[in-house]
Amino acid sequence: MSLLLSLNNIHSYYGHIHALKGISVDVHKGEIVTLIGSNGAGKSTTLRTISGMMHPKEGSIILNGKDISKMEPHDIVLAGLGHVPEGRGIFPKLTVKENLEMGAFTVNDQKVIEERMEYGFSLFPRLKERVGQYGGTLSGGEQQMLAIARGLMLNPDILMLDEPSMGLAPVLVELIFDIIETLNKKGTTILLVEQNALMALSIAHRGYVLQTGEIVVSDSAANLKQNTMVQKAYLGMD
Amino acid sequence: MNRFFLSINVRELVRPLGQLTLFSLGSAAALSIIVLIMALVLDQTIIGETLTEKLNVSLYTYTLINLPQVVLDGLTIGFVYAAIALGYTMVYGVLEFINFAHSEIFAVGAFVGVEILIALDQTGMLRNASLGMAYVFLIFAILAGMAAAGALAVTVERVAYRPLRGAPRLVPLISAIGVSFLLQDVIRLVEGLTTGDFNRIFPTFGNFDQRIIFGKLALGSTNLTLGVSIKSLIVIISAVLMLVGLNYLVNATRIGKAIRAVAQDRPTASLMGINVNRIISITFLVGGLLGGAAGVLYALKFTRIDPFVGFFPGLKAFAAAVLGGIGNLTGALLGGIVLGMLETFAGSYMGVFTMGAAGSEYKDIFAFSILIFVLIFRPQGLMGENVGQKA
Ligand SMILES: Nc1ncnc2c1ncn2[C@@H]1O[C@H](COP(=O)(O)OP(=O)(O)OP(=O)(O)O)[C@@H](O)[C@H]1O
Ligand SMILES: [Mg+2]
Repeated sequence: MSLLLSLNNIHSYYGHIHALKGISVDVHKGEIVTLIGSNGAGKSTTLRTISGMMHPKEGSIILNGKDISKMEPHDIVLAGLGHVPEGRGIFPKLTVKENLEMGAFTVNDQKVIEERMEYGFSLFPRLKERVGQYGGTLSGGEQQMLAIARGLMLNPDILMLDEPSMGLAPVLVELIFDIIETLNKKGTTILLVEQNALMALSIAHRGYVLQTGEIVVSDSAANLKQNTMVQKAYLGMD
Repeated sequence: MNRFFLSINVRELVRPLGQLTLFSLGSAAALSIIVLIMALVLDQTIIGETLTEKLNVSLYTYTLINLPQVVLDGLTIGFVYAAIALGYTMVYGVLEFINFAHSEIFAVGAFVGVEILIALDQTGMLRNASLGMAYVFLIFAILAGMAAAGALAVTVERVAYRPLRGAPRLVPLISAIGVSFLLQDVIRLVEGLTTGDFNRIFPTFGNFDQRIIFGKLALGSTNLTLGVSIKSLIVIISAVLMLVGLNYLVNATRIGKAIRAVAQDRPTASLMGINVNRIISITFLVGGLLGGAAGVLYALKFTRIDPFVGFFPGLKAFAAAVLGGIGNLTGALLGGIVLGMLETFAGSYMGVFTMGAAGSEYKDIFAFSILIFVLIFRPQGLMGENVGQKA
């Protein structure tokens, strides 16, 4: 499998806070890779560093063979990376349709935009019923659907999802995870950040465990599920 | 019809015109009713008697007959305030930051426009210009003022605000105040070195000072001519064009959608492939263009400008933006019109109503008292909400 995204020895800071202390992550084409870890471990920081919302002090990030570590988010998006941020980032005063159009801001072909929007609606029929509604008035689950559908509007090579299950009822979590698997089967590579480690490991091929800014274990998802440390700390088993 | 016309969103052209008409007529009607009632009441008192003695007309008739003129004057200045207020509100909507240097951006626009006209005047071109050419020169001066102010606004953001974007809110605010003083002094210095005179006069040319007369009204023993000066009409028409244009830009174009997205959620907007810095620059550019045009129009209307010319209009436009709901485009229009009307009504009638005790020089106190009063009961401003939302 060819390497799609690779982080090499990344250090990121918030002011003086050393949030990522030299992490390395590889994602191959076609994989679902999950990043698990407890609150404040640095999962979101990792995604933010990849998508250019913050820049690493050290290390390189290679996407499709190109170093993107110094690029700005709007350019990284064009290089094939989609990021559904923590908290979903729905524009509250734009309608569902406008939110989706925003996702395809860099696309000029109206036909392509409409096709992709229809694709989003086919994944989440609920969104179609709500096209004219303001993003801010959607339920949490609907917002997550919208965020994912919007993240697909540029047809990214790799889609990064930051805690898509947060705050959702179990049925919806199932639905979202099903869709992530479907997307992956259709060819989208996924980098999934989750606190719900069991769910994440059940659909992922491989996983990394992050602890206070460092990667402590990385293995296949199946092996991680059997790892006693992971079981204790993240799967709630004794 | 070709595709270009089909792709024009007519609704977004008609709606702001409707709003402007509504706000203008609404505030004119409300204030007219108030002054007419006051006049009726005061007619029974010594105030009415004094006026009848002096002009042989009742206070009510006096008030009524002056109304059309007062409303027109109020609209003229109101639209200028609205155009400046939009600059404050656009920037606030996108950055939640008050660009206190906007008043000087307005002033620079005024100076550039006026200096160009003065230079043309010295070559004799203005005096000999045909009417058509006079308008060409005026439009050229307005465009030059806009270009200068727009470029300046973008530069100020790039140099003095962008490096401070992560800093606590007060820091860029202080920077803005610093830029404001700096620009005042730069204008003073440049004017001092080149012309030796801080006061610049808008040259007389074209037919801008003429009045279109609608008719004469008998006012007791005198006559009152009812009309509108051509320059007021120019100010009103230009302002309406700009306001409609801005509304269209924000609500019906791709750039406008990006501006709204950046206003609502900057980090997420960048994940959509929007170059946030470029959108912020465009926001400053648009605010600067409007401010610069307002500057030249202000100079056209009031003739004399000096390096501090931005201070009061800037402050009032800021107040107008807050009155309408800062960050809200429609609010800026409403606030500008209401404040311009208020101040003109106060300036025109306070003198007569108080028998000269509190003349028009106190109009600002009056207008600002109303402002404070409104904000006590509606701190979010008349319209509330945000630039992120469709106006
Ligand atoms: N904007 C910020 N300024 C300062 N420190 C921050 C900021 N954002 C995150 N941090 C710190 O960086 C560390 C990593 O945060 P991050 O958001 O990446 O955690 P996370 O693994 O995503 O946690 P969670 O599961 O709670 O979302 C934390 O210690 C956090 O306090
Ligand atoms: Mg997080």
